[in-house]
Parts: sequence; C-alpha cells; structure tokens
Amino acid sequence: MTTLSIDVKVSFGSFGLEVAHQLAAEGITVLFGPNGSGKSTLLRTIAGLERGARGRIHYGETVWQDDGDHLFVPAHKRGVGYVFQDARLFPHLTVAGNLAYAEKRSGGRPNGLELETVVKTLELQSLMARRVTGLSGGERQRVAIARTLMTRPRLLLMDEPLSALDVRRKAEILPYIEQLPGLFDVPIIYVTHALDEVARLADRMVVLSLGRKVAEGSVNDVLERIDLGPATGRFEAGVVLNVRVAGHDREYQLTRLDHHGQTITVPYADVPEGGMVRVRIRARDVALAIEKPEGLSIRNILKGTVSDIVEEPATAYAETLVDIGNARLRARITRKSAFDLGLSRGKPVFVLIKSVSFDRRMVG
Amino acid sequence: MAFPDIGPVWLTLQLAAVTTVILIILATPVAWWLAFTRSRAKSAIEAITALPLVLPPTVLGFYLLIFLSPTSPLGGLWVEVTGTTLTFSFTGLVVASIIYSLPFAVQPLQVAFEGIGRQQMEAAATLRASPLDAFATVAVPLALRGYLTAGVLSFAHTIGEFGVVLMVGGNIPGETKVISVAIYEHVETINYRDAHILSAGLLIFSFLVLFFVYAVNRRFPLRVG
Repeated sequence: MTTLSIDVKVSFGSFGLEVAHQLAAEGITVLFGPNGSGKSTLLRTIAGLERGARGRIHYGETVWQDDGDHLFVPAHKRGVGYVFQDARLFPHLTVAGNLAYAEKRSGGRPNGLELETVVKTLELQSLMARRVTGLSGGERQRVAIARTLMTRPRLLLMDEPLSALDVRRKAEILPYIEQLPGLFDVPIIYVTHALDEVARLADRMVVLSLGRKVAEGSVNDVLERIDLGPATGRFEAGVVLNVRVAGHDREYQLTRLDHHGQTITVPYADVPEGGMVRVRIRARDVALAIEKPEGLSIRNILKGTVSDIVEEPATAYAETLVDIGNARLRARITRKSAFDLGLSRGKPVFVLIKSVSFDRRMVG
Repeated sequence: MAFPDIGPVWLTLQLAAVTTVILIILATPVAWWLAFTRSRAKSAIEAITALPLVLPPTVLGFYLLIFLSPTSPLGGLWVEVTGTTLTFSFTGLVVASIIYSLPFAVQPLQVAFEGIGRQQMEAAATLRASPLDAFATVAVPLALRGYLTAGVLSFAHTIGEFGVVLMVGGNIPGETKVISVAIYEHVETINYRDAHILSAGLLIFSFLVLFFVYAVNRRFPLRVG
C-alpha cells in the first residue's frame, strides 16, 4: 500500500485552498464537501493540472511536487488517471479510438488491465465502433472510465463523474465504479458532494469546507459527527450502519436486519440470509421518544441512550446523537422537543426510524 | 490571339504557396499562445498581428522597404550571408507577404484553438500524452478546419496583394512581377485586353476560393465538445 502525502496551497483571487493530509492509497477514498469547498481543486493539484499550486506532494517514494527543490512533475509523467466530470472524450476519435489512444501511451504494464477485460467490465462491446458524439451521458462516462483505466494508472482520480447524470444513469454506473479497486488493484480518490455516493462507494472519507480539511476517517465515524453540519449538508445528513440480514417475511414482503440484537425491518431486499449489508439512515428520518410509543405505523423502534446534543443557534433544530449499542444514529429534532422531553446526555430514549435506504451489499 | 505571358501567373502561385507554408508554421505558435495565454501582453500582440488588416499597404511597404534595405541591420546581414538583397527580390516578397497575410493565418487558427479549449489538452495530459504529442494528436485534428481556412485565406490574400509588393519588390519579370503588378502595368500601357484576362482570372479564382471556404464551413460543422 502506498501513501499519498499532500501539503499544498492554491489560491485564485479570494478563494484559498490549504490542505495537509496523508492518505493511504487503498480502496476508495472520498473527498467530500459542498460546492466551492476546494475538493476538485485539490484533485487537480494531485494530478498536476494546477500549475499555480504551491507545496509538496509525494506518492510513496516518488516526489510529484516539491517547491523547495523546484520540482514539478507534469501531469503526463505522474502516471495518474483522471476521470473528468464532463468525460472529455476526443470527438475526432471513435470509442475504440479513444481507448487505443490511452493504451498506446500506457507504458505497457498490463497488470490485469487488458483492453478486453476493461471493455467487458464496463460493457462497451457494442459501443466500440461508435462516434463519441452520439453517446448518452452514461455511456460517455463509462467510456471515460475505461479510457482512463487503459492508461494503467497507479492512482485513479475521479472528479464528480456522476454529477451530470440523472438518478437512473447514476444507479447504472455506480456498480461499475465500486468494483474497480478490487478488480484492477488501483486505488481511487473520488470527489463528490452527494452523500448517497459516499455511503455506497467510500471506505474512508476526507471532508473539505472553504478550502480546509475539517474531518477525516472511516465513513461511519465521519458521518455520525454532528458538528459538521455546514460541510455535510443538513438535509441529507445521516449515518451508515453495517447490519446482518436476519431473515425475510415473504407474506408481507419484508426483510429483517439485525444490528447487535436490535431488529430493523425494511421492505423486501433480495439479499441472502446471513449476508452483511450497508444501510443509510438519515437524521431527518429519525424521531425520538422517552416512552415506548404504542399504536404507531412506524415499525422500527430501537432502544438507545442520548450521547450528544448540539443545538443549532438561530434555527428550530438540534442535532442529536443516540447510541444504539456498537453504533450511533443521528436524529434531527426541534430544540423545543429536546427541551420538552428533557433530553440530555445519558438519557435513555426510544429511536423511531421512518425509513432506511440500502446502499451497498457487503462482501463477506 | 496571343495569350498574355504566363510568367506573372506562375510567379504569383509560387509566392502564394511558399508564403502559405511558412505562414502556417509561424502562425501556429502565435495563435496557440494567443488562444491560451493569460498574459496582459495578449491584447497588444493581438493588435500587432491584426495591423496589416487596417494599415494602408503603402505604409507597410514603406517600413518593409526600410527594414529590408541593404543599409538596415537585417537587410545588411542578408547581403553578407547570401550576397543578394532582400529588397527587389523574390525572398523579400515572401517576407513582405508573410507579414501582410499574417492575420489571415493567425485569426482562424486562434479561433480553432480556443474552440478546443484547455479541457481537451488536460484530458490528453492525464492520458500520458506530452504537450507536443497532445498538440499533434488532439489539437491539430480538432483544429483541422481552422488550418484549412487559414491556408486558403493566406494563399488567396497573398495572390491579391499589390501595394506592398510594388513597393518592396518593384516590377522585375520572373523575380517580383506578380499578377497584380502585371495588371497595373497593362493598364498603364493601355493594354486593356491582357488586363481584362488577368483581372477576370483573379476575380473568378477569388470567388471560387471564398465559395469553397464557406461551403466547407457549412458542410462540416465543427465537432468539438
């Protein structure tokens, strides 16, 4: 495993990015943050596309930039693959021509990245002879990913590759991306501001806000931090849980998930019993009660204790963190409710979950 | 019926061909720089390259005559190295034509390069193409229409020049007597028949060239993006 170490500054007019970070290049790491947080600029700096960046970048033993030594390795010599938000396929070449362009310059270390395998993995067989101008947005991104893989990169950088696509196309491409690190042994740094992509793809995440790093760690740890409101967004905020499929109820079309003895029931999901899955629970879908409620349509009621409350000044809301044993859930409730219920750290509560979304089928 | 002598026609075609080839090579880096620079000098350089569009050919010809004459540093060096003068020679005409037609090569190329944008060059760099490689394999193919326009316009504009040629080159048969100068001479000597033939020929040629450029632009819309 290689370590990417970055200590850089970039400034354009009033915007300034300043990040020092060590990153284990392994699996998928997400650079997360709202628009204007500097995440794309940081990715471009890693790739060598920002000549104005100052500082040092090392990838393992290789130095990519070191201003102290006046060293700047240009983008084409870093061996880094880059998937752009807008695909940037070459319009004068066919799909096959675009892939061949990359392969010709790859330096010829196959390491599993054979044209045939890549084309098959991204299901491009039927598109090979097409002109790129006639492709749909989703097809374009699949070709762009394949083209980048054909350069046989040491590190794959992806800059919001799905942000220009609608929900359905996005869902079509996500499975291709999530299997890349395993199939081709290439670490990925993935930039996005969409929490569903984070929950689905990321092993680890780094959160940027206004050009600074504000959090880093495993996805579960970072998402349960309630102090990151402005950076992670309030509406989509929530946590991910790894749960075991306990069983199915065929008659009512339900699936039971087990989390250390507590059960969560969700609409039927086609996952074998005993398999591990990752689910996402948004803070706004979680309500709290101090007595066990009766006569409710909500089926998922877990026991927990309040572990933290952060009131958001000048709003109606308080972000609450509840320990349910081996994991914590976030709940977005009103400050008034928190006061009326007398919520404070250590108080036992019942957690009502209105909805759960499936994010990833875990292997093993 | 005697045909007017073919000498000036042949000379003009040679001049236009040589000028166009050199101009395309010279204009490429200039247009590239203008398309992508963030330098403050950009406007000044753009203005300078566009000057031949607005200056009277006599002004251009006058300065060129001074800069190319054997008494000037450049003209003197040329005489020392080659033993011939730049003024009143074919080489001098080529130099003058390059300057005179410069905007017709630079501007279409600049527009074409701007149309490609930084994005495609960045994509090529991340595919491990060196800047020169990316230029040859991405920029040039995407700017092909700009090159065609630049080439055709430079060629046609060189054929049509008169004032600069007359001042720098004079009227030496086989060396500097191009079609436009020949027409002028025919008119001066009231040889309207030959003036008619050459003028009509130039008119038809120019129309066909422009027609070709516009037709190509219409039939093959630029595919970029």
